[in-house]
Amino acid sequence: MNSSKKIFEKELHVKSTTENLSSIREFTKTAAANSGFSEEMVGKIILAVDEACTNIIKHAYKYSPDGNIFIKIIFKNAKFSISITDEGIHFDPNKIPEPNLNEYYKSKRIGGLGMFLMKKLMDEVKYSTLTGNKNQVVLVKYLST
Amino acid sequence: MADFNVNLRGVGSVSVIDVKGYLDAHTAPELENVFNKLLDGRQYKVVVNFNELKYISSAGLGVFMAYVETMRENMGDIKFSNMKENVYNIFDLLGFPILYEFYNEEHEAVQKFNN
Repeated sequence: MNSSKKIFEKELHVKSTTENLSSIREFTKTAAANSGFSEEMVGKIILAVDEACTNIIKHAYKYSPDGNIFIKIIFKNAKFSISITDEGIHFDPNKIPEPNLNEYYKSKRIGGLGMFLMKKLMDEVKYSTLTGNKNQVVLVKYLST
Repeated sequence: MADFNVNLRGVGSVSVIDVKGYLDAHTAPELENVFNKLLDGRQYKVVVNFNELKYISSAGLGVFMAYVETMRENMGDIKFSNMKENVYNIFDLLGFPILYEFYNEEHEAVQKFNN
């Protein structure tokens, strides 16, 4: 069986609470494993999605639990794509500097690591603003055959 | 949901924190509480035993960043032990091995404080 030929689409809608991170991870894990990624790669994808959703809960919704997070996973032609959409405050990822661990150590700042991890773990990370004041981040990982 | 557990115990003059399960933005405050308790008790020599930790995100990593300097300013440190490869890889990706000491076994980390 050639797993790169598989096509599927899965969706999850959750509220913006950190409590939901475990079900977001479970949802991502099942989809990534079904797409044929190795256990190590599944772990990386789960972490990237966790970081993206944590950022939304923290920055877009400022920990308000009533916000919506829509996650859509599409696997097609070996491209595993996760779109995460929110209706919170828009934040410009380009304004978040690359973290320097030594600087962090001195200043005790503990933000920005999530964005850095997402970029390290995934092949593509793209932020965009959609109509209706929605923000979207799309994370992509290619399945190498 | 009990997907994370943290336990504090003393080994001589060293405080050992056992972390178990999933450490993320939801569970990181539980770990912060333990560090705050240590600061209240002026306990600055800390070993974190990761033997049963399955998962960590940047929210968990941030906790160690937030407390390590205070520990070091007070002749202490936060040292890590028994980390699974998948968890270590995340610390490695962020450059933690330059700033923190990692040990295969807890007793090695404890020993280091006693030297």
